[in-house]
Amino acid sequence: MNGSAIDRKWMWIGGLVLLAGLCVLPFLVKNYRVFQFNMVMIYAIAVLGLNILTGWNGQISLGHGAFYAIGAYAAAILMDRAGIPYWATLPIAAVVCFLFGFLMGFPALRLGGHYLALATFALALAVPQLLKYKKIEGWTGGVGGIVLTKPEPPIVFSFLGQPLSADRWLYFYILAILLVMFLIAWRLLRGRVGRALVAIRDHPIAASAMGINLPVFKSLTFGVSAAFTGVAGALGATAIGFVSPDSFTVFLSITFLVGVVVGGLASIPGAIAGAIFIQYVPNVADEISKSAPWAIYGMFLIILMYLMPTGFAGMVRLLLARLGRRSAVSTSAR
Amino acid sequence: MTIKRFGVGLALIAATTALATTTAFAQKRYDVGADDKEIRIGNVNPYSGPASAYSSIAKSIDAYIKKINAEGGVNGRQIKFISLDDGYNPARTVEQTRRLVEQDEVLAVFNPLGTPPNTAIHKYMNQRKVPHLFLATGATLWGDPKNFPWTIGWQPSYQSEGKIFAAHILETKPNAKIGILMQNDDYGKDYLKGFLDGLGDKAKTMVVKQVTYEVTDPTVDSQMVELKASGADTFFNITTPKFAAQAIKKAAEIGWKPTHYLNNVSSSAGSVMVPAGAENGVGVITGLYLKDPTDPQWQNTQEYKDWLAFMQKWLPSGDLKDGFNVYGYTVAQTLVATLKQAGDNLTRENVMKQAANLNLDLPMLLPGVNIKTAADDFYPIERMQLARWDGKTWALFGKAMGR
Repeated sequence: MNGSAIDRKWMWIGGLVLLAGLCVLPFLVKNYRVFQFNMVMIYAIAVLGLNILTGWNGQISLGHGAFYAIGAYAAAILMDRAGIPYWATLPIAAVVCFLFGFLMGFPALRLGGHYLALATFALALAVPQLLKYKKIEGWTGGVGGIVLTKPEPPIVFSFLGQPLSADRWLYFYILAILLVMFLIAWRLLRGRVGRALVAIRDHPIAASAMGINLPVFKSLTFGVSAAFTGVAGALGATAIGFVSPDSFTVFLSITFLVGVVVGGLASIPGAIAGAIFIQYVPNVADEISKSAPWAIYGMFLIILMYLMPTGFAGMVRLLLARLGRRSAVSTSAR
Repeated sequence: MTIKRFGVGLALIAATTALATTTAFAQKRYDVGADDKEIRIGNVNPYSGPASAYSSIAKSIDAYIKKINAEGGVNGRQIKFISLDDGYNPARTVEQTRRLVEQDEVLAVFNPLGTPPNTAIHKYMNQRKVPHLFLATGATLWGDPKNFPWTIGWQPSYQSEGKIFAAHILETKPNAKIGILMQNDDYGKDYLKGFLDGLGDKAKTMVVKQVTYEVTDPTVDSQMVELKASGADTFFNITTPKFAAQAIKKAAEIGWKPTHYLNNVSSSAGSVMVPAGAENGVGVITGLYLKDPTDPQWQNTQEYKDWLAFMQKWLPSGDLKDGFNVYGYTVAQTLVATLKQAGDNLTRENVMKQAANLNLDLPMLLPGVNIKTAADDFYPIERMQLARWDGKTWALFGKAMGR
């Protein structure tokens, strides 16, 4: 009892120091680095969304790039056509993606395991082509996509001699959204709902015998997962300032899955580790070899899976468990 | 008297030297990305992903710049060519371009590939006022110096090509009845606009049928039947390789023998003409601007031999049949010429000014095709030569056309 109170105090202090560090960070580096951090945070939200579905609920999706695309396009069209401010597009993108995800959840009830993976894969293949469809070209801009204006910071100030640029402003905006999304996920997953999802993953028959409504839970999980990824997509459209069908190929979906596995299944902080991997490793691979960047990327992936078979979060958990039992209990993400 | 004259002479010499040195000093001007020793040039290309076949362009550019550096560089400066992978994903193009501009501090971004990736960075390059030079895409929107003074294209735009075909039709077959098949997207519309502009007032009477297809369609068979039924005797084929092959094959099957114009996008022998059935395509006309390295008529020329020697020494792993290696070689020469012309005034503004002030005959461009730009003309290559498929290869005919 006493021990956990001290733990909690230290967690608060650690959390505040971390937050202060995160607030100073963008003023220490160039705008281009800030842009990369923004992408890491955006990918972290998307990876977390997929992790809710795959990590906690055990449903494999190879189609989350499609939800990311829908979120991005929803935001882009709202900003471009309807003149809605960028921050107001997030809830709309979330709702739209929730509906799409919920609908996608229905076939998921009948399809298990690999079959579901294939169905979602089909979605990922279809969306970029559907975005080029001529009947909706007036909104989507067809192959050319939509060019957006980057949001300007609402206030002007300098810190450490660096002005609050558009990228730095977006950094704080995305950081705030990231914290909210992670808090929602944490509240959702640590209680009854989280236990129900894990029960469905580990033993669906036992779960339904315990009174968990399988169809409702599975569809809702799909919807919530898609909504998270959709919010990430909307943020991505704002940060990059451009959407086009070629930004959301099937490879994006696979990248998200890579992020989930590298970060650690069913781990909230793991999503950040996964996002860092998918953001930076392709760049590192490109610097090592121009002729075979994919081979290098693959090598990284294999080495990583050998070194940390349970992902980054699993390795941290293992290390902490070795260092001392007490700290292991408090940092366990489950 | 003599002493006086000597004195005057001395003063004159001193004055001229002073003037010369001041002008020399005034000329040496730099922006970020250039100094006395080095010029940094950035590039983004799909080394990975579905479009990675295009990466031979960036590799041959890199090889050519190595050759230039080994020969002493440009005006005594070495070119540092920084080329990054974007996997043809516009989101990564933005990231990599920003890295080039903000981290590597390049003087200019040169020859990024593809229409969507370039659209993604178009605004950024112009806001930052960094030269966005000689893009590897044929969309017409890169030649808009009024609104985007920092962006300039390179290869013939789809519109200029459409105009060339129109001019040839007006010249050889003024009473043609034209049928058009086009892909329903920006690329198809770009070609169509150039073609109709080229026909001018006669477009209304000459074009008898215009049909479209979607990239997602399985075939264009029904469109071809429709075109035949319209009674057209001339056919403008605005299609990407797969559909171009289908169209050529179907025309032969249904016995429709129009004068057939095929866009440059699908002029590849290997991926269009051979799959369509080499004999089915006999007589098809297309437009070319680079020398085909497999065409035997060039292989005894000095220009080809120079290119071959370059390939063997600097890019021994490169495929000698791959036209992209000719593309990279020629576009790199355009860059080097621009930098040479900029002299010691290596500001971004001057680089852009020189890019818009070119008049070059480059060795691997077809005879009569040149690179010419002006302050209000941001389309470097606008001339093409027509070629007819003879069952084995593209046989050039006539003179270079356009502009």
